[in-house]
Amino acid sequence: MNILFAFIIIGSLGLLLGLGLSVAAKKFAVQKDVVAEEILEILPGANCGACGFPGCAGYADALSKGTTENGLCSPGGAQTVEDVANILGVAAGEVQEKMVAFVHCTGHAAVSKQDFHYEGLDSCSAAHLLFKGEASCKYGCHHLGSCIEVCPVDAIHRNELGNIVVDPEACIGCRKCTLVCPTNVIKMIPYRGSHAVACNNHDKGGVVRKICEVGCIACNICAKKYPESGCVVEDFLSHCDYSKPDTQIAEAAAACPTKCIIEAH
Amino acid sequence: MFYIGLFITYIFISNIVLTQFLGLCPFIGVSKSSESAIGMGMAVTFVMALASIITYLVYHFLLVPLNLTYLQTLSFILVIASLVQFVEMVIQKNSPSLYQALGIFLPLITTNCAVLGIALINITEGYTFMQSFTAGIASGIGFTLAIVLMSNIREQLDMAPVRKSFKGVPIAFISGGLMALAFMAFDKALLANLLG
Repeated sequence: MNILFAFIIIGSLGLLLGLGLSVAAKKFAVQKDVVAEEILEILPGANCGACGFPGCAGYADALSKGTTENGLCSPGGAQTVEDVANILGVAAGEVQEKMVAFVHCTGHAAVSKQDFHYEGLDSCSAAHLLFKGEASCKYGCHHLGSCIEVCPVDAIHRNELGNIVVDPEACIGCRKCTLVCPTNVIKMIPYRGSHAVACNNHDKGGVVRKICEVGCIACNICAKKYPESGCVVEDFLSHCDYSKPDTQIAEAAAACPTKCIIEAH
Repeated sequence: MFYIGLFITYIFISNIVLTQFLGLCPFIGVSKSSESAIGMGMAVTFVMALASIITYLVYHFLLVPLNLTYLQTLSFILVIASLVQFVEMVIQKNSPSLYQALGIFLPLITTNCAVLGIALINITEGYTFMQSFTAGIASGIGFTLAIVLMSNIREQLDMAPVRKSFKGVPIAFISGGLMALAFMAFDKALLANLLG
């Protein structure tokens, strides 16, 4: 009998409180921004911060309030921009081209000279503090993989040679890796680009030849012999100008003496 | 004088975290930055004060007359959880700025053991209504003090050369233990000296 009494009292207490809460939920309901919620559903939800807002929710909020412009979401691409424009009832406008990160260096330890052996923290910026890294080339990749850690979509990995490579299919273009890289060897290139010059060294050819087997020696073969390749040599370093036609880029890559023009994907 | 004694007791002598080891989950979980630690401390203080009042009423006007005092833990959890939910709704409706400051922490402490703990302590110590309320506020301030101190220590620890195996939570627990040792300096004899 006692148990039944306790059961009824606690049960009805719980019931009362539950009812009270549900009534309160109706009474104190807060109108949420419907537009922002709809936009949030369309956005990729990666919370990468490429748009400059704290997460997708922040961007959706700003879009619905009209304080920012559409088209800042690079992971979402053209489809997202169009969908958001439909909700907001405005023209889609310019879509930014999809940019992906690319590590402009393939100089792993076996093909490039080292000044000393680094045995410190597993962090590129820590290694950079000590004579700008162990490699003789002070422009290249430290191969410690700080970018791998910051990548929100795990698009960066280390290949079997020890080089750091970005998967252009998985990359959402948030630029977090370019910010963490102390040598700025990771740069953004357009997704459509088929090749890229995997070197970041601005030293003269002779200097590069001594310290790295796969560095750009600024021999000008790509730019002179293959004018349609899109390659431009500036400040002793070749790079691909993606605004130019690139029909001969594959031939230029094959002709490159140090083979530092490589396929981007 | 008794109320000053209550404050000193629950802030220093029987600090809810460092002496009674209640509410360790938010103490470790939300003490990574001092900003969120202050928010959490304020939210806990607020809820403790309210919970002290409401559990006093439930105990003395519902459980004692019905002879059901053995159900205090169960009913307190029920009452505190719904109270916090209700308060969250009211704040969200009436004060968006306060909701921004406390809102995300409120669901975390619906059934925090520190909140339940002080409600049960109030009953076992036989406090009156005002005394329960004061003890609730004082415990909340004690919790805020502990978590803010802890967050400052942890912000410093982030830059300290800590061994990999001790990084993060382990070193936080060790620091918490050392803080608790330091708080043992506050005892009943000190209270007697202060208040005569």
